[in-house]
Formats: sequence, structure tokens, C-alpha cells
Amino acid sequence: MSDVLTKITETATDVKSKINKKQKPEVKIPIRSLKNVNYDPKVGYFELKGAKKVRALTVNTIKSFAQTLKMMTLSKQVIEGNDMATKREAYYVSKNWGDARFKEQPESDAVMDDIEAMFMVNREQLGFVPEEKGGDIAGALTVIDKDTSTGKEIKIDCTKFGSGAYSIPSSVEQLKFETDAKFILAIETAGMFQRLVKHNYWRKENCILISMGGVPTRACRRFIRRLADDKKIPVYVFTDSDPYGFMSIYRTLKVGSGNAAHINKYFCVPQAKFLGVTPQDIIDYKLPTHPLKDVDKKKIKDVLKNDPFVREHKEWRKALELMQKMGQRAEQQALAAWGLNYVMNKYLPDKIKETKTFLP
Amino acid sequence: MQTTLSENKKEISHAIEQAKKQRDISISEFFTKNRHLLGFDNPLKAISTTIKEGVDNALDAAEDANILPDVIVEVKQTTPERYLVTIEDNGPGIVKEQIPNIFGRLLYGSKFHKLSQTRGQQGIGISAAGLYGQLTTGKPVKIISKIGKNDPAHYYELHLDTTKNESEIAKKEIIEWDKDHGTKISIEMEGKYQRGKRSVSEYMKYTAVSNPHARLTLIEPDGTRIDYPRGTTDLPIKPKEIKPHPDGIELGILINMLKATKAKTLQSFLTTEFSRIGAGTAKKICELAKLYTNSRPSRIAKDEADNLLKAIRGTKFIAPPTNCLSPIGNELLTKSLKKEFDADFYASVTRPAAVYRGNPFVVEAGIAYGGKLPGDSASEIIRFANRVPLQYQQSACSSIKSITDIKWRQYGLQQSGKNIPVGPVVIVVHIASVWVPFTSESKESIAHYPEIIKEIKLAVQECGRQLGKHVRKQKKVKDEAKKRSYLEKYVPIIGDALKELLDLQDPDVMLINENLKDQLERSRKI
Repeated sequence: MSDVLTKITETATDVKSKINKKQKPEVKIPIRSLKNVNYDPKVGYFELKGAKKVRALTVNTIKSFAQTLKMMTLSKQVIEGNDMATKREAYYVSKNWGDARFKEQPESDAVMDDIEAMFMVNREQLGFVPEEKGGDIAGALTVIDKDTSTGKEIKIDCTKFGSGAYSIPSSVEQLKFETDAKFILAIETAGMFQRLVKHNYWRKENCILISMGGVPTRACRRFIRRLADDKKIPVYVFTDSDPYGFMSIYRTLKVGSGNAAHINKYFCVPQAKFLGVTPQDIIDYKLPTHPLKDVDKKKIKDVLKNDPFVREHKEWRKALELMQKMGQRAEQQALAAWGLNYVMNKYLPDKIKETKTFLP
Repeated sequence: MQTTLSENKKEISHAIEQAKKQRDISISEFFTKNRHLLGFDNPLKAISTTIKEGVDNALDAAEDANILPDVIVEVKQTTPERYLVTIEDNGPGIVKEQIPNIFGRLLYGSKFHKLSQTRGQQGIGISAAGLYGQLTTGKPVKIISKIGKNDPAHYYELHLDTTKNESEIAKKEIIEWDKDHGTKISIEMEGKYQRGKRSVSEYMKYTAVSNPHARLTLIEPDGTRIDYPRGTTDLPIKPKEIKPHPDGIELGILINMLKATKAKTLQSFLTTEFSRIGAGTAKKICELAKLYTNSRPSRIAKDEADNLLKAIRGTKFIAPPTNCLSPIGNELLTKSLKKEFDADFYASVTRPAAVYRGNPFVVEAGIAYGGKLPGDSASEIIRFANRVPLQYQQSACSSIKSITDIKWRQYGLQQSGKNIPVGPVVIVVHIASVWVPFTSESKESIAHYPEIIKEIKLAVQECGRQLGKHVRKQKKVKDEAKKRSYLEKYVPIIGDALKELLDLQDPDVMLINENLKDQLERSRKI
């Protein structure tokens, strides 16, 4: 029996015996927020501290309690049937639950997140997959997947997609890799990724290019993690020079987030390093800039004060304080001010030679 | 404007002639030109003002004669623009000699000169209606009156001579009338008849609320008959007439009183013409004003009157007597509300008497809530002054100031900012006083005296507190029912889920459902 099924049975048994003893059944769910995480660079990711919220079964909570149990039955069905359900499908399945049905998908997603946190597993282990796209890969990598009907191995050569790319699937646990790449370059914007793919930058540097398309999805983070662990290759991250690129994208990729703290263990890439664009790069490369928005200023202030990751790394504190002082931000594409291919002819080679300019 | 005297300087006699004329045109013609002051400014209001004045008179007259009032109002359309308005009562009737005066002269009446709680105050109402009818249709006012079973019924048709402020009798005869006593007045006028807000039927309904002892009937132009039954057979306690209290007196009034009094000395003037001034206080006042107690009141000069007023202002008096007031009473007010509004909660409060500027007054308030009252609009506010509904100029009224000052959320109603609360609510405010301070001659809203605002607020708040209790209780009952249905819905789902998760048998599931329901029902009571 799978680990998750055991946990589901344990929880259900506990609820049943509490009811029959005429006590209030309850479930404990870890509080998922930055306030409830620790960061130790040796561990490498945000770890949950102990705080939990207790949801007791009362008249007021009976609906969501019923929904939580029903969601567990769906998870049980899916796991036992060796099947999977997307988050959207789970929402539609609930339409059969009579009065316990969900009105909107965010409600069912929230219940799913609760169960995830309760069991300290990820939703894939519960048999649920997101609809979100995982990210795009191009470069010196062969992914080994299985044919879903025959079970035969399939080799996917990521150098053979021309100007296109390989898409990371929503579940990556079964994948294996072959590569001799020197590093992985995770890129914030699809536009920058396109440019590097078009000019076969990966061939020149013998690397793997990954487009994250904003904040990396869980699948994307897991994929990079497994690949980097498996093949022992370094991960460099290339984003815009703004608080969103530093924190929401890079920090989430490297150490996870507060909201998903219960699963950061699997969905983080502790070996990731920040290549750029750093605030110092703005000065060194004389990049055209935009003034910081109010939300940016607020975010910098906030993370300097509250983010355990920033508090741990003085390089990041310095970088953020520098940005605060300049009051300016710059995009990846600003490098085009020096010529469209300046980024691959000059900027990236320079940076990769001087890895000590990276931020931790 | 009138021509000035200077133009006719040389012909003094002519000027005098004109001056005489100028005084003669005073009242009737003034109101011909300023009819908006009396509530005849538009066709809709003309009919309702006429009915209002007629019904006020009918109720006052019946009560005065200890008769339980029975008033029938009929509105008939005679031409597309004209209506015949008839008000019939079972009052004591009017002696025939007085009929032409009462219905044909403006400012003729017995109410203006005394201080007591009566409906009309100025005696211009019903004759102004007659005047309006005559101006718009040329038709005379028609009156039938009978003062006793064995007396004949007199029929009169009257024209009003607006220059002389006198009536002309167009027709008079003795007729058959199957009533023991009473008065019936018919006026044909240009007008408009509508239903809904500020309509005649709304006025009748409100009047039924403030006069539970009266039986009212309205026959509308299309023949619809609406009956407003009596809520009690007890007549209200008759309000007593009182003398003015010295605290509210003003110089002009004082000088007029000094001139008009029959008292021979200043001291007896003070003790007989005012309430709450005894011989001792009168002497003190005279001393303060440096006037002799035995001066002749009519000989008091203006300066001396001024000193007298200062002396009065510098003296403390006992509050005026309050037995001159006749409130509806909280029990009857509640009964009235039940009679006229289909709600599920009622509360009423009658405050103790209070005083503003020497005038005693009593405030009453009532609330009806829920039931079939419309719930999504601003509450209906019904205002009464001496039992008369006030239907216009609501926003200028001190009752609105009081109501919007109250924080209604604490009583379970919705309210945005300082607005009238929203919900299925009717709020009634009644102020009874020997002299109701209106903001204008049309008598539609009550002036903002701090004492009055405070009393209204206290009365309405008391009703609000009772309402709050009711609303909270209702909410609790509703919550209970909601929780019950919640349990019915979700307990089986939990049983179902556990059955599937643990492969249970039906008896196990039934046990779980029973236990869970039991446990939740028990804990809910805590």
C-alpha cells in the first residue's frame, strides 16, 4: 500500500473512532506562510516550523470537513486505479457530491492544498496534476520517458527541436536523463529563451536552456532539481533585474515558497546560483533602466525585513540595498541596447567566466 | 407692488381712501397670490390639502363634543381636470349663523387665540380650500349642517368675496338629511388624483394610525371604497387649554397681550395671563423691571415692556403644566400600527412631557418591522404633529435629524452613513404640543429645537432597542434552522466518505451518522 493510502486510512480511522466516541474529530494542517519557515543554507530550502492550525469538525466547518474527506476518497480511487486527475477534473468530480459540491475551482484547489499539507506530500502523490505548463527545454540533453501504452522507453533528444522546444510534463518523477552539459541556464522570459535557442547558444557553451516563463511551476522546479542532482551539473538563473525576478522567481526556484513550505523539500533547487541581471550589472553594463514601481519598493523593504533567505545572505542584502539606492530596475532584454546578440557574445560569456559575480 | 402714497401726495383724501383699501385686501387677496403657503401650489397637493383640512376640522369638532368621529371622504371626478371633494362627519354640526363665517372667511376660528393641543392652528385651512375651488372652477362651496336630531338640516352655497374677506350666500335652504347631526362640505376644484406616496389614501391610513378612536372611509374616484376601522372606542383625553408659559414669550406678543388684557393691574396681568406666575413671583418681576405692581397694563410703554421682558427672562419658573397634552399612548399606537401595517414586530414609546421655550410637548414613537413590509428600500417614516400626518418636506423635519443621528446597525438594520435606515421598517414619530413649531406656514415639518430633537431621539431609540432584541432573536432562530439543515445535508456525506475510505458496512455508517449528529447537536447548544 502506498504511503499516501496509509495516511488516508489513518486519518479516516481516527475521524471514525472520534465520532463513535462522541468526541470532536479534527485534522491538523501546517500553517503555510513565510512566518512559519526556517532557512538554513546547509539544508538548502525553506523548512516548516511547527505551527499548525487545527480544524475541528463543528457545525460551522462541517461542509469543508465533508469536502476534505470526499477529496480523500477521490485521491484513494485515483491511486488505486493507477490513474490521475487534473485539478479541473477533481473540481468536476465534486459535482456528484450533492450539497458538498464546489462552486468554483479555487475552492477545490484549496481543499487539495490542505490535504497535501496535512500529509506532507505533493499533489502528484495524491494523484492530482495541475494543468499548468511545466516549462520549455532546449540544448544538450536527452530525456528518457516511457510510452504510456507500451511502457517502452523513449529517448527525446532536446537538440532536435529546431527553433522549438521540449515541454516539461506535469509529472517528472519517471524521467531519466543523459547529458554532458556543463551547466543549466534557467531563463525568466520566453523572449530571451527564443533568442538563445535561435542562435544555438547551447551548442556554443554546451549547456541546457530552460524557459521558466515567470515563476517556475512545481514540475519545472522538480525537473531542474532531478536533472541537476542526477547529473551533478550547476544551475544558473538569468532573470530581469527587479524584486520580482530576484524573489518570486529565483528565490522560489532555489528554496521554495512560504505557501508551499510543506513540499519545498522536493520542489527546490538549492544548488541554483543567480547569474544576473544583478543590480551591479546595471552599473557595469550601463543598462537602460526604468524607475522602481511602488510595489517594487515595498517588496524590497519587506524582504529585507522579513524574508529568512535574504536575512541569511548578506550578498543579497547588499544587492537589494543597492537597487533601493538607485531606485531603478532593468529587464533582461535591456542588454539589446548594445546590440541584439550582445547577450550571448559578451554578457553571458563574461558572466560565466567570472562566477564569483554570481549571487548565492 | 401697490402704488406709493407719494404719488398721490396732493390728494390726501384719496390717499386715505387707498390706505383703507390696502388694509382691506390684506388677507384674502394675499392668499390668492400666495396660495403655495397654504398647500395649494399644485393640483395634486390641492386635493390632499383640502381633505387634510376638512378631516382635521371634523375630528376636532367631534372630539370636542365627545362624539366618536365617523368621517367619510369622497373624491369624484367631474371633468378631466376637476374633482368634487366631499368631507362628511358626524360631529356636532354648526349653528346656521356661523356657517358663512367658518367656511367663507379666512382666519376665522376659535383656535388661533388659545394655547391647547388642537389639530389646526391658524383657522385658514378649510376656507382656503373653498377659495381655491372658487378660483379654479368658479363654483361655490356647498355645506350641509345639522346640530341635532330634532333640528333641521341647513344647506348653504357660499362664495368668498376676496376683497372684503366676507362670504356671500349664493343659496340657502332647509333640506332632508338622514343624519342626527354632522357637517358635510363639498368643494369642486381643479386637481389631480393619484395613488402611492403622499396620496390621499396614504394620508387617510396615517390619520387612522394617529386616531385609533376614529372610523374613516375613503371613496376614490374610480369607486374604490377603503375602510379604516376604529381601534378603540375610548375618546382621547381632552387637551386642556393653558396660558402661555413665561419662558417662551417674545416682546411683540407681550405688548399685544398687555394691550388685550382685561386685567386692571400689572400684577394681575402677570398672574392671570401666564401660567406658573403667582403673586409673589409677579411682585418680584415688577421689582426687577422697576414697574409698579398696580400700573395699568395698557399704559405700559414699549421701553417699559422691554424691561418687563428682561425681568421675566431673569426669573426662574416652574415648568409649564403638562396635563394640557393628549398623546395617543404607546399601547394604542401599537394597536394602530397592527391595524394598518402587516408586520411581525411592533413597539411604541410615549415619552414623559418636556418643554421647549415654555411650550410643553410630548414625543411618541413607534416601529413596525418585518412581515409584508417592503425590505429593500429606505424605511417608511410617518410623522405626526398633534395627530396630523405630515407628508411633505420630510428632509427638513427635526424627526429626520433625530432618526438619521441614530446608529441603526446596533438595532439590526442596514444604514449607510447618516441616512435613513434600510429595511422592512415603518417608523412613527408623533409630537403633541400646545404649540408645534413648524418651519413654515404650510405646516409640514417641525423646527429644529434641540429639546425636541433630543426627545424624538430618545423615543425612537427606545423602540430601536426593542427592535434590536427582536431582530437578534429572529436571527438566532434562523441560524438554528440553518444549522439544522446543514447537519441534515452534510452528516450523510461524511458517513458516505468514511464508508468509502474504510470499506465500512451500512450499519457502521448509520452508527457514525447518528453519533456525529448527536455530538454536533449537543455542542451547538453550548
